[in-house]
Order: sequence, then structure tokens, then C-alpha cells
Amino acid sequence: MGSRMKRYDVVMIGGGHNGLVAACYLQRAGLDVVVLEKNDWVGGAATSRELTPGFTYSNCSYVCSLFRPEIMRDLELPEHGLQVVAYEGGAVFTRDGDYLASYRDHDSHRREFARWSKRDAEAYDRYARDVTRQCRFIQPLLMRTAPDPFSFRPRDISELIHLARKFGEFTPSQIAQTLRFWTMSISDFLDEYFETDVIKAYLALSGIIGTALGPMSPGTAYVLLHHYMGEVDGSVGAWGYARGGMGAVSRALASSFQAWGGTIRIGADVEKVLTRNGEAAGVVLCGGEEVLGKLVVSNADVKRTFLKLVDEQDLPDTFLHRVRHFKMRGSSGKLNIALDSLPEFPALPAGSSCIRGDLHFTDSVERMERAYDDWKAGRWSADPFVDMVIPTQLDPTMAPPGKHFMSCFVQYCPPKVEGRDWTDADRDAFAETVISQIAEYSPGFRERIVHMEVRTPREIEEEVGLTEGNIFQGELTFDQLLFNRPVPGYAQYRSPVKGLYLCGSSTHPGGGVMGAPGRNAAAEILRDLRLGTKHMSQAHDVI
Amino acid sequence: MTSFDVIIIGGGHNGLTAATLLGKSGRKVLLLEAAGNVGGALHGYEFHPGFRAGGLAHIVNRLDPDVAKLIGLQAELPEILPTVALSETGMPAVLRGAYGERTDGVTAAEAVRFSELREKLLFQAGILKRFLKRRPPEIGAVTAGDMAAFASAGWNMIRRGREEGRDFLRMLLMNVADVADEYLTDDRLKGLIAFDATLGIHLGPRSPTSLLGLHYRLTGEAGGAAGAQFMPRGGVSALAAAFEKAAVSAGVTIRTGTSVTRILADRGETKGIALASGEEISAPVVVSAIHPQMTFLTLVDAAELSTGFLRAVKNIRSKGNVARLDLALERVPEFSGVLPEDHRGRLVIARSIDHVENAFNPAKYGEFSEDPVMEITVPSLADPSLAPAGAATLSALVQFAPYQLGEGWEAGKPRFQKVVLDVLERHAPGIGKFVLGSSLMTPADIEACYHMSGGHWHHGELQTDQLLVNRPVNAACRYSTPLKGLYLASAGSHPGGGISGLPGFLAAQSILAGERR
Repeated sequence: MGSRMKRYDVVMIGGGHNGLVAACYLQRAGLDVVVLEKNDWVGGAATSRELTPGFTYSNCSYVCSLFRPEIMRDLELPEHGLQVVAYEGGAVFTRDGDYLASYRDHDSHRREFARWSKRDAEAYDRYARDVTRQCRFIQPLLMRTAPDPFSFRPRDISELIHLARKFGEFTPSQIAQTLRFWTMSISDFLDEYFETDVIKAYLALSGIIGTALGPMSPGTAYVLLHHYMGEVDGSVGAWGYARGGMGAVSRALASSFQAWGGTIRIGADVEKVLTRNGEAAGVVLCGGEEVLGKLVVSNADVKRTFLKLVDEQDLPDTFLHRVRHFKMRGSSGKLNIALDSLPEFPALPAGSSCIRGDLHFTDSVERMERAYDDWKAGRWSADPFVDMVIPTQLDPTMAPPGKHFMSCFVQYCPPKVEGRDWTDADRDAFAETVISQIAEYSPGFRERIVHMEVRTPREIEEEVGLTEGNIFQGELTFDQLLFNRPVPGYAQYRSPVKGLYLCGSSTHPGGGVMGAPGRNAAAEILRDLRLGTKHMSQAHDVI
Repeated sequence: MTSFDVIIIGGGHNGLTAATLLGKSGRKVLLLEAAGNVGGALHGYEFHPGFRAGGLAHIVNRLDPDVAKLIGLQAELPEILPTVALSETGMPAVLRGAYGERTDGVTAAEAVRFSELREKLLFQAGILKRFLKRRPPEIGAVTAGDMAAFASAGWNMIRRGREEGRDFLRMLLMNVADVADEYLTDDRLKGLIAFDATLGIHLGPRSPTSLLGLHYRLTGEAGGAAGAQFMPRGGVSALAAAFEKAAVSAGVTIRTGTSVTRILADRGETKGIALASGEEISAPVVVSAIHPQMTFLTLVDAAELSTGFLRAVKNIRSKGNVARLDLALERVPEFSGVLPEDHRGRLVIARSIDHVENAFNPAKYGEFSEDPVMEITVPSLADPSLAPAGAATLSALVQFAPYQLGEGWEAGKPRFQKVVLDVLERHAPGIGKFVLGSSLMTPADIEACYHMSGGHWHHGELQTDQLLVNRPVNAACRYSTPLKGLYLASAGSHPGGGISGLPGFLAAQSILAGERR
């Protein structure tokens, strides 16, 4: 019977954006690829769903900027319907009824800073220059496989030399500054430039989004970079909305994949990875069906892959130990809200463009850090940090005319509540905490709510499959970056099981809707198969 | 105007070490100390009639062997003192030998796990150690010696196999809590290493990079045993005397009670110093063994330095978190479950990782901990002269107590002292009844008393971004500074604080090397 069964070249476990990116590249290289997705839709955490009639929710990820333009071009995503609308503006509301506006244009932004502090406005030039320099160093690292410092293979050694050369382009004092930057907390880093609380709070947010760290934790300056590396239409650090919600990214990827002959199976939940003589040979679906493949690639996170899908006996002890201790603690929640009209924020001047961007209520770094203290103690933040956007102002396709979709990303939200599992009552109380915070700044907010979806790490794990609801498939701390991600010695997308690869955000360079892990994994697979990577453009330095 | 070859500002142990080394090389050295006596943090004080504290440092665990030789400390192996992790409810866990070669009071399985972790951390500290006794490498002009150090570190990293090397690079910047959770199950041991990793540093055990604090402790040694701690015969004050004696016999002129108000410089070159009295003393080389921020922000004319350099100096984070409590006791204290002879060691109150983390949280916001963690010694056991016969002194380093308390220390101090005494009472029931007198020094007091900016005994946070080429700032990381002829030699320079003598030693070496060139 086995001989009559179709055997694919590649079986992809999971149709998240990285899985789809890898699948696209592999299919284009002439391989026969099948993507198996447990849900009835693809996209993983880059998805749009209609949960109430007429409204499209970006359920998980909600803004698009990190997605690598090289990948967009290679896979012809605009031709497959992807359109990214850059947005302008944003505001932090302060407790005394004022606000700090943000603008994409450096000079406008600087003028707004000057309204708060002349000194901070001057420092902003220095700050922007210093951060851009750090981006310039990190960006070329994203689209390369991290070299293994202990392999002593020529390829790794030459890659290490390449990186050393890259570093050598800086002056000695810039290198010293880079070493500081990589290990500092975002709070300490900002203290070196700014004096105004609300300005620091506004800039600090990129250092903590998605991480189980507070703004005073060392290493958060690096996380800031992780969120600054994005670009929309060549503008570095800019953010945009995918027209039609984040699912548009996945739909374009799926369409590109299928156009080249790839197969997608939805509702196909993988139960086990099949191995023959210690080599991956396919997967078994829940229900018993086998899907055979010469190679298996997992878009699931490293814990789900190796602790649930692979037989322990196929894995070395040290490897298993490290996978078990890989840290992926969920730290965020999400409220997706359908509104029957645009909310009002009396603090903003009438007609201000700021309402089209990110809105925040946390006006000091201390409030952010205290919100983190709650998470450390196993509670959701009593005074949470909320990153709120209303994309329907720029993308009317997501809601009926005059109505709006609002996405509230909330930090911090623990994977367990004081050590026990989440209950529905906890979830409702968590939502109430967030809603009442918004209502404080937007009178009549509650009355506008038509429908709401609340997601804690529990819901994120259940639906998307991210262990503990960690949106980056693993924390972005030093011990889990570069050649340490996800496991030292296995940071090049391969695993101890021959023929089994990882391609999700658990691998270098990590989370966000970036596509780089999927692309890099595809490059390694093609290298192993001795197939060319001609159709894959190399990383370019954009700054 | 009198003149010397070298003027040393600050008579702490680093200043004395540098002075001794330079004096021995035949230079005419003058050492100036603002206080009435030299020794800095090793110098004692009377805190209650008849009761003295040995010094701010109350145990020795990282005195460099070459520095020990320089000051003529006996070569004989000192007695290694235990560390006792106190427990409120049951028996304490005791680390014996050098940082727990043997453990008492824990299960056999836990003892094995601790010994595995200890072995791994000592191995890793061994790799780091080779960088502590050299000047930080100069980026862009790495010397053959630097290359050799890197190569030997690299070789050592893989000496025990690739996996140990990989683990080193994985763990180097981890937090101590995750490491403790990975290896241990006993809350007392986890609490102890969480405490040791963060003592004197503004980090909690869950802050990334906090493991480095424990690595730093384990790079220290006593009598050749890494991680060991001891008390010199005659206590810490005896050490101060040894440093002073060495300097004097090296021909160093010491002037105490002499405040330097300015470092004289002209067009980028050091010319000497001016004293509070108006007296000026000239020297082509000035070594500042006081805090780098005090050096550049108060002694040097800003016109001699660049804006960028001054900005970097201002950005050095140096706010202390540790308070020091001294108690005059009617009799030797007894801590629950602790053997009498173990009272000569170091007693630590840190019940669990969470205890340390929760003690740290308030410090972030300028508040003190209501349930602090601390390390305790009974100095009068090593140096009976500190207390009248039969009586005893107790010294506790308590954290977290921020330098800038929101409510102000004047109001906060009595309240904090009560908090600390309550914690002590829980571990040594009845101790309150024997207290004859006490003194609590907050970081603000330590700053005033010992002239350390921020009351920080490392003269600057010992965190990753302020280490090696960035200690105290990049442009002054190799002891020389942008001002020709001015050198740094305090704990604010590489490799940092603790009674090691290395910053002074390395500073003197680099002055000597520079002149040879």
C-alpha cells in the first residue's frame, strides 16, 4: 500500500507565514510541497477572520512593517494581492489630559518633542542617528544563517569572518557603543538622551512588545531594534497596515505558492512526525492518515515540534534538555473590537491625524515596569500597557461603512494566572481591565462596542498553536538569539533528526511577521539538496 | 611648588596598590588622601562607644595573589569560611570549602546537582578570569598579547568539549534565576545564588545578564581556591594596615587629611594638582584612584575634555543599592540552626529567587524593600579588638536600599532600620534584646563617608554595558585618559570593585609600560 501512496518532496507542518514563505521558495525551486494546516484557514498568527458579520479582524498580528521587502519581491506578493498602506501618526495620552503626538516625518516629530522639552528635541537627532547606526549593523544579519562558532566548518568560519569585517566598518568607539547598546535596558538607554517621562515611555514601547521583559531589563534596547528594522516602501522603521487585515499577507503567500503548483491542506492536524531509521519520512495526521515526504519542515515552535510531534527516543539528551529549557513565556494578550463608530479622544485636537496610528495610555517608563512586575508575580497588569490601532480609518475594507475595527495589543498577560490555568472569568476580568482603561480616555467608548474577541496566552496557544502563547515562538534574550536560537548547535534550521527542519520564529532571526526564518530555512534545505538559490535574492543593506 | 614624579589621588586600597608598584619602580610618589587615614573602604569606624566596624568590606574573597604578595600578606593558606543560607522555618543549607565544595543540610540529590552547577560556573568563570588581569583590549589595535588571551580563552572554551563551549556562550548573558531553576530545586540554594549574583548590582535575579554577577564572584579566589572567602588575621583592618605599610616601605609619601580640589592641566596635558589650601604640587603623571565621575566632573576643567567624553562620563550608572548595618551586641548572636563555629562565616538571608526579586522591585522606583535580603558577618569573631570582651559586633550588607529614596532617607532611615531588625529577629530570635547600639549607613551615607559617588562600592554599576572596553567609559578604558598624564585606578576601572587591588595594579602596570615604550 505504501508504494501507491503519494510521496511529496517536502511536507510542511503548519501554514503560518514562515511556513508559507519557505514552502513558496521550495516549490519555486522545483520541489513538490504540501502544507498541512490544522485550522480551516492558513496564516497562523498572520490572519484575518470575520467573527461578526461585516467586520474583518486582524486577530493576532496587526501591523506590517518587518516583512522583508526582498521576500515580497521574490514571491511577487503584490501581484498576489498584498498591499501595505503606510500609516502616519500616533499618540500617547498622558494622565493630565495632554498627549504626545508622533509623526513619521523626523522634523515634525522633533517639533512635537520640543513642545515637551527643547533639550529632548535636540537629543532626538542624536538618538535617531545612533539607533539608525545600530539598525545598519543588525539588518544584514537577518537574512543570513547564523554561523556556528563551534563547528569549524569552512562555511561557518568564513561567515564569522564576514561578520567581523562588517563590524570592522565601524570606528572603535562605535563598536564599543554597539557593545553597550546590545546589552542595555531600553530605560537606561533612553535616560542617556531624554528627560521627559512621556517621551521615554513612547520610545520604550518598542523595547518590550512581545517580550517577557520590562523596560528596565538589560537587553531590551536590542528588542527595540528588532521592531525598528522594518520598512514600508523603503522607509526604515515605518509601519503599515496590510489592506484587508494581516490575513492578506498569508493569502498572498498562499496564492503565490499555489500558482507555482503547491498543495495546501487545511483541517490537517499533524499528530506525529514519522521517522524511518532515524530519518524523517513524513507525518501522521490526527485520525491516522499518513502523509509521506522526503523531507519534513516544521513551522511549529521548537517545543511543540520536539516535545509533542517527535518521538523522544529520536533525540539526544542534551538537545532535549535544552529544548525543555527554551524559554517561551507568553507575555501579551489581545482585544479585537468591532465599533459602531469612531471613538473620540477629547485630548486630541479635532481632525488630528494622530488617531490613525498607534495610541497608548502609558505615559511613564515606571508605569510600564510596574505592569511587568504584575506579570512576574503571575498576574495580568492592573495598569496594562496597550498598543491600540484603528486600521479601518485607512482601510475601509475591514468594516461596514462608518464602522470600525480596533486592535488592542495588551501587555502584560501571563501564560498562567498565579500558577493555575486561565478561566473564562479571568479572561473577562482581564478584558474589563483594558476596556476601563480605554474608557477613561475615550468617553462613551463602551457604548460603541458591537462585538469583542478577547485573547489571552491560552487562546493564542489553542488557536495558533504557539506554546504558552509566546508570539515570538521564544523570547528574544541573548541566550536565545543568533547561534543560540533555538538550541546551540542546531541554529541552522536543521535538527538532530535527519530530514527534519525548523522554519518558524523559534529560529534565527526570531519573531514578528518578517518571513526571514522561513526564507533562511528554505535556503539551507536547498543547500542540502544541492539545488540552487538563484530565485532567492540576497539580503541587501537598505540604510 | 614642590614636585613629584607621580601623584596618586585617593588612598583606598587601589590607590595604595598603584602607589606601591610605582614607588617600587623608583619613582618619587606622593599619595593624597582626603580622610584622616588611608585604607578607604577597608578602614574601620567606631559606631558605638567601644564598638568598631572593621571596614565597609566585611569579608575578603577576591584579593589578587600578586597584590597579596606585593603587600606582604602571609603566603600561608587562609582558613576558608563557610556560607550559610539561612532558613526561616528549618535547617540552613551550608556551603563548605570554596563556594560549596561540600554542602551540608541539603538532600544528597540536591548536593549532586549543586556540585554540577558549581563545576560548570567555575569552569566558565575560569574562561572569563583571564581577561580580568589584563588591560581591556584596544578595539582596532588588538595586540599579540590580546590575541593570545583570546586564543587561550577559546581553547579553554572547547577544552571540555564543544557542548561545554556552547553552554558557555548560551549562559554568559543569562539571568541567574533561569539558571538556578534549570539546575536546582532547593529554594535556599537558589535564593543564595540569586543573592550572590545581584549583591551590589542594580539587577534582580530575573534580569537578563544577572548571572554575570555570580561569574564575577567566582573569578575571585583565596589561597588559590576559586570562589573561596576568608577573613585575614586581625580582620579587615589588618589588611588596610598591610596596604599602608607596603606603600610606605616602597618610599611613597603619604599625606592624609589633604583634599585635592583640582587637577592642573594645560592644553591637554596634566601638570599636577591643587589642594584645598591653595597649595599646588606639580607632577607629569597624576593617578586618580577615586570615582571616575568625581575625577572628571569635579577635578578636571571641563575645557580640557570633549563634550562627548563628558557626556559619556555623566552617563555612568553609579547609584548604590546596598545599606550597611552595624550592631553592637551584648553577646555573640546565635542564628537558628547554625553551628557556633559557622557564625564566623557568611550568613545569607535570601529565602528564594522570588524573595530576592521582590526585594529588588521597589529599588527600581526609589523605594526600599519591606522584606530585604542581606548577608551577615560577625566581625568581632575574627578581630576581638572590635568589641569589649564578651560582647560582639554584627555587620550586615542589606539590599535593596536605593541611593535616592523617594521619601528621603531622613524619614526613611528609622523605618528601614526597623524593617532590617525585624528580619534579623526572625532568624536570630531574641537578638533585639542584646542590641546596645547600632548604625545604619545608606548608600547616601556611604557616599558621604567614603567619597564614593552614589555610594556604589564598584564605583559604577558592574553590568555588561559598563565592563571591559566600556569601563568606566570607552575613551578611558585602558587607564589612560584623554588628558595626557592623567590615569584612572579606582574600582570604576576594569575589572571593577571588591577588595582585589587589580584596578590599581593594572593602572600602575600600564603607566610603567607606557614609559618603557
